[in-house]
Amino acid sequence: MRRFTDLYEALDRTTSTNAKIAALAAYFREAPAADAAWATFFLTGRRLKRLVPSAALWTWTQELTAFPDWLLRECYSSAGDFAEVIALVLDTVAAAEAEPDLTLTAWVEHRILPLQSTDLTGQRDEVIRWWLGLPRGQRFVLNKLLTGEFRVGVAQTLVIRALAEAIGSEPTIVAARLMGDWTPSAEWFATISAPASSSVPGMADAIDPSQPYPFYLASPLEEAPETLGDRAGWLVEWKWDGIRAQLIRRSGQVWLWSRGEELITNRFPEIAAAATHLPDGTVLDGEVLAFKDDRPMPFSALQHRIGRQRQVAQIMRTVPVVFFVYDILERQGADIRQEPLSARRTSLVDLVGGGVVRLSEEVTAPTWTDLAHVRLESRERGVEGFILKRRDSTYGVGRRKGAWWKWKVDPFTVDAVLIYAQPGNGRRASLLTDYTFGVWHEGALVPVAKAYSGLSNAEIDELDAWIRRHTRERHGPVRAVDPVQVFELGFEAIAPSTRHKSGIAVRFPRMLRWRKDKPAAEADTLNSLRRLIR
Amino acid sequence: MIVETSAGLFCEAGGFHIDPWLPVDRAVITHAHGDHAHAGSAAYLCAAAGERVLRRRLPDAHIETAPYGQRLRMGDVDVSFHPAGHVLGSAQIRIEHHGDVWVASGDYKRAPDPTCAPFEPVRCNTFITEATFALPVYTWDSTATVIDEIHAWWRGNRAEDRPSVLFCYVLGKAQRILAELHDRADGSIYLHGAMWAMTESYREAGLAMASAERVTDEMRGKALAQSLVLAPLSARGTRWMKRLPRASDGFASGLMRVRGVRRQRAFDRGFVLSDHADWPALLSTVAETGASRVLVTHGWSDALARYLSETRGLETGTLKTAYEGEAGELTSAASESSSAQ
Repeated sequence: MRRFTDLYEALDRTTSTNAKIAALAAYFREAPAADAAWATFFLTGRRLKRLVPSAALWTWTQELTAFPDWLLRECYSSAGDFAEVIALVLDTVAAAEAEPDLTLTAWVEHRILPLQSTDLTGQRDEVIRWWLGLPRGQRFVLNKLLTGEFRVGVAQTLVIRALAEAIGSEPTIVAARLMGDWTPSAEWFATISAPASSSVPGMADAIDPSQPYPFYLASPLEEAPETLGDRAGWLVEWKWDGIRAQLIRRSGQVWLWSRGEELITNRFPEIAAAATHLPDGTVLDGEVLAFKDDRPMPFSALQHRIGRQRQVAQIMRTVPVVFFVYDILERQGADIRQEPLSARRTSLVDLVGGGVVRLSEEVTAPTWTDLAHVRLESRERGVEGFILKRRDSTYGVGRRKGAWWKWKVDPFTVDAVLIYAQPGNGRRASLLTDYTFGVWHEGALVPVAKAYSGLSNAEIDELDAWIRRHTRERHGPVRAVDPVQVFELGFEAIAPSTRHKSGIAVRFPRMLRWRKDKPAAEADTLNSLRRLIR
Repeated sequence: MIVETSAGLFCEAGGFHIDPWLPVDRAVITHAHGDHAHAGSAAYLCAAAGERVLRRRLPDAHIETAPYGQRLRMGDVDVSFHPAGHVLGSAQIRIEHHGDVWVASGDYKRAPDPTCAPFEPVRCNTFITEATFALPVYTWDSTATVIDEIHAWWRGNRAEDRPSVLFCYVLGKAQRILAELHDRADGSIYLHGAMWAMTESYREAGLAMASAERVTDEMRGKALAQSLVLAPLSARGTRWMKRLPRASDGFASGLMRVRGVRRQRAFDRGFVLSDHADWPALLSTVAETGASRVLVTHGWSDALARYLSETRGLETGTLKTAYEGEAGELTSAASESSSAQ
């Protein structure tokens, strides 16, 4: 645990990519293989489930410190991190007998995981003993493991690069082997470290038939499309607003993985059923979309389906889904990601028809200018714009600029007034950075959007200071402020909503501009927003 | 006896303001930090030990002084200064009026500091306390531990031929670090120009500190590669930093106790070294004064007032002031360094 805590601190103490990779690679080389496996598990955002209820950790902290609940809540709103608050306030409690320094694996397998089958009293005794027996740094890391919110500002790609460096492999191979579900162990670490079994990195290296490939992602197009050269060299598709997913047909079974590497097969039984008609050894990349009467339904409809565990049959009727196929990554059991897109596309056209699993059609407008015209239909069609893919492109890993671009429609905009503010989370916990904005309706400001992003650090500081001087009321961490500051907000979509007081819900709101030039009275109205709903 | 006014805390019976932020006739000053010592008042009174640094801040002011502990008659009240342990010459102000004793703490800390006299608990009926770090997450490690961390960080950077830039407050923190490093520094220490004059004032006061040189215009790159450089936060991100390529940067402040704050500003290292009282010290200090009423100023004042009232049964209230304490450091870094020039 000490070694893993040292790694955590080393990663936390530098903003240099090279220093982070060096620290990670050193750990992977030097730590016991099982520890390296568990570290990989946590550092790639995986978590242990159903350990100790967070509320119980909170209660025990209260018992130990004798601090009232409201005071601990104040601490939380100032530090913004549950695990950290507990680690810090326990400094006010006398330490107990020091815990021995066990390996990360011993901690996870012999101490933490057994909590799953321990009753609350037993859990309490264990956790309190650990808390008071560990130095602050290790106590903090332990809390991170217990709460499952293990984030240390290391992207998965860095972990992959460091692993590849430590075991003398290629990042693409390591990336493929880290996909999907796996159980950390010394054996698993040996498997990912084994040499590639073919010259082409890919599924021949898969450890498990359910394992998806790393997704390839498009980058936002910032230049004019003409800069991409000849239109004929590009495949253009609509950018559907659903869940990017990979559909796997192997070993007589079907798996559907979301881009967040969640297994969502049983959320969408009709897709799973349709996929059984695919030949074994097929992997498709596409988008799950709520689709009715020949057009996409709003993203919120799809959210209903994801959230629903029971009565799936009923919601399958009200919110039918399709799987729009973009690409084929594996054909007859062979990894074909290195073939050019045009060849993969040909395979695809042969494979899928127009049922639940269907081809994402090419948009055929012959020139960039024609395309720009067609793009204006995006909102009408319920899509977010275009995806542009170079026809000779291979299927890469992650977000690499150059071959795939997303050319999105310009966002909707609205001028709204700042009405509430509260502290952010994590690194923004000391600043008031979570804002609620309102628009005018019948002489009052009605909240329509919450936004967190879009301001520079200097603007955040300035606004934070302004909010502190212009707070009208406080309700816990939330401050109601003088309705003075106007911001231009951008958002991607707008839909009617019964869950919001305003009757509307906007998607991906963010701040585009601080309109210091605009008085609050001239901000937009709810009616003008409602008119944007199609 | 003391009321809030638009200019600051006012003692009517004594005819003076404490640390006023607008010009007044008579200002009694707890210490020379920018948010407590504002220019423009007709006359200033401070602890004798603080005269030198206050003059550095307010060169044209009319300043009178009194040694710690000496009683002065002002109007209808007796006034005396008592060490606050915050920075050189910092003082609590004790005011007695017909047997009723008030103490205004200004900023204070209880951790030992080689550059100033230690905080002296003063019995009183009403205690006006700061609350910069009045939450239980703020509990300081010993100074020795933090200085060890700074030392280890500096040594590690030196091994990589990398300068260590430590941002800290111009008045108090910089000199405290130099004093802690006295006899321990095993490399060269440099000071940003904005810190030079104040540090000289400390040396003139006879305080033993590690020797340090001033960073000059022509100094850059190799010359500074292995050194520890102390600089005000306002220098961060400016052209001045270009002379320190590949530097590792740290910030010495109680604010660094919270990981999110350090990460938001992307400091490589945060060193939790504060000139303010931590949570346990605030509570023990309030208890030592024996005060039955506690008025809380800047910082987490609501939390401290509520906690003292609920758990200690004290009469409490909050006072609205323009003081910022360390919490203002991040946002007021710019004004801080310009007033120190």
